[in-house]
Amino acid sequence: MSNSDTPVLEVTDLRVQFSNDAGTATSVDGLSFELMPGETLGVVGESGSGKSVTSMAVMGLLPKAAKVTGSIRLRGEELLGKSEDAMQSVRGQRIAMVFQDALAALNPVHTVGEQLMEAVQVHDSSKTKSQLRARAIELLDTVGIPSPKQRVDQYPHEFSGGMRQRIMIAMSIANDPDVLIADEPTTALDVTVQAQVLDVLRRVQERTGSAMLLITHDLGVVAGLADRVLVMYAGKMVEQAPIEPIFYETAHPYTLGLLDSMPRIDQDAGSKLFSIPGMPPKPTALPEGCRFSPRCSFAVAGLCDVGEIPVIDIDPDHSAVCLRLDEVRELRHGGAA
Amino acid sequence: MTYAMEAVDVVKEYPVRTGVFRRQTGTVHALSGVSFALRRGTTLGIVGESGCGKTTLGRSLVRLHDIDSGSIRLNGEPIEKAKGSQLRETRRKVQMVFQDPFASLDPRMTVSSILAEPLEIHGLHKNGRSARIRELLEMVGLSPDYAGRYPHEFSGGQRQRIGIARALAVEPEVLVLDEPVSALDVSVQAGVLNKLSELQRELGLSYVFIAHDLSVVRHLSDDVAVMYLGRIAESAPVNELFSRPRHPYTQALLSAVPIPDPRLERSRERIVLQGDVPSPVNPPSGCRFRTRCWKATEHCAGVTPQLISDESGDAVACHYPEVRELFTTP
Repeated sequence: MSNSDTPVLEVTDLRVQFSNDAGTATSVDGLSFELMPGETLGVVGESGSGKSVTSMAVMGLLPKAAKVTGSIRLRGEELLGKSEDAMQSVRGQRIAMVFQDALAALNPVHTVGEQLMEAVQVHDSSKTKSQLRARAIELLDTVGIPSPKQRVDQYPHEFSGGMRQRIMIAMSIANDPDVLIADEPTTALDVTVQAQVLDVLRRVQERTGSAMLLITHDLGVVAGLADRVLVMYAGKMVEQAPIEPIFYETAHPYTLGLLDSMPRIDQDAGSKLFSIPGMPPKPTALPEGCRFSPRCSFAVAGLCDVGEIPVIDIDPDHSAVCLRLDEVRELRHGGAA
Repeated sequence: MTYAMEAVDVVKEYPVRTGVFRRQTGTVHALSGVSFALRRGTTLGIVGESGCGKTTLGRSLVRLHDIDSGSIRLNGEPIEKAKGSQLRETRRKVQMVFQDPFASLDPRMTVSSILAEPLEIHGLHKNGRSARIRELLEMVGLSPDYAGRYPHEFSGGQRQRIGIARALAVEPEVLVLDEPVSALDVSVQAGVLNKLSELQRELGLSYVFIAHDLSVVRHLSDDVAVMYLGRIAESAPVNELFSRPRHPYTQALLSAVPIPDPRLERSRERIVLQGDVPSPVNPPSGCRFRTRCWKATEHCAGVTPQLISDESGDAVACHYPEVRELFTTP
């Protein structure tokens, strides 16, 4: 039974730290978010923002050396602190991951049907061989592989690159997971293959209704796929909102900077691109106060660089972590109106 | 007017050898007759997907390898067979910036010795090398005080600036930029792109800009050539190519690039290509794009379309070219 008002995945005050002799690196710091049933949440950030560490934490795949605190609840059940055995049955069944490199992830000596059947059987040994085969064919159909009844008996090398990506997606949804994690699902792909994969992810979600955590650095990918967006910087959430407000009523200076620094394929090359000065802080030496403040043109000394910056609710579903929201809004939207 | 650089019908093939005796069993057709002209002081963007030959083209231009036939001209002079002092001079005038700023800098050399090496090789600035190094660092927006540091002390964007400074050290005329920003985060990428345009204006450089990211290419280029399987499918002035593409492959590429604007992205027309790029060992006869093209006829399999220009300067290699506007102008 699923209630559409209760989140499938609830992450509360997640903190991930790695320590060695040189010091402690905080990769994720006090991150909280909810993923609702059937929803796609885009988690956006640049290298080192903590977005991939977050997805690894949810999958329970962080190395033992990582110190993880807070709470990760899947349909109300706490995952943090679960034994490795218990996590084994969660992974692949209730939370599944879409991997990027399909050629490396598929076994060349087994047919795709055998591999799909294995993915189902690992978590459900009650199914008969013919049931498993029927499920494999159904999965291939879901991801849009033509004539799945014939192709189920083919080997990975008989499929094109884009088709292999589809098979990978079929494997990840084999057990109807509650949550699908797509961590940079298209980053190394050519644009025409990327377009195919994004299409399939959209289609899979329509058909299965599973919730998706889409981790990416590409705001273009987010624009086409996500329902809601969470922007991360240096391990912290800086802004969170439904898709349209993120792009059209952008509140946080960092989100604005990201949008302005992207060249656009649908626009003439105007003047200079906006470039955010400086670089992200090292996770071992995080600045006081707002972590973006050393690079922010709105930052005010003595205000932005001290203490803990509170989360400010702009709307019930739009929040940003910034003390200069009024100034940003005035500059951004006041002039145009 | 002579062009800064021209390629005329460049062909480059690699043998495929198999078996104990390494007998040649096939040929990779990496470049099958590529021509372009780079106007002085401008940027020619070369785009295409993996395996289209764009990197082979870049390497041919800097003479990292020889070409099989055709000609490459620098200021009107053929350089494809240059030897000795002419080759040395060619290599000074045409410099390359590589994709991976982590792999292209020697980790055991300081920034200062990385920048001094090309000067030594070409015997430039014999007196005052350290002044030249400081000048180069400033040119690319780095502090001259960094000269004594090692590559690992820099971020990706800074390393790419060092790679650009190294290319600029010998006062080249043409820079071949092979995916110079694809390893960088967007906020850092913007800074490097701005720096490249600034340097072009100040030093009058001509760029061959090889990239797979079409948004970046649109931003930086004056002219763009779209490659597919070792041939140019379409080449045109940048705004012409992006707003009025005529080749079906260009149209498919443009429609596939995500736009960071949700309303636009969710409502626009999308052409989804089926299948993969065919193998360059055994490319399709006639038009090489025909196996994935929705317009292909038997004619396309029999006759190779030539790259033909129209009055707008848009050259297209297609038997059935037709303008299709993919972005509604705001």
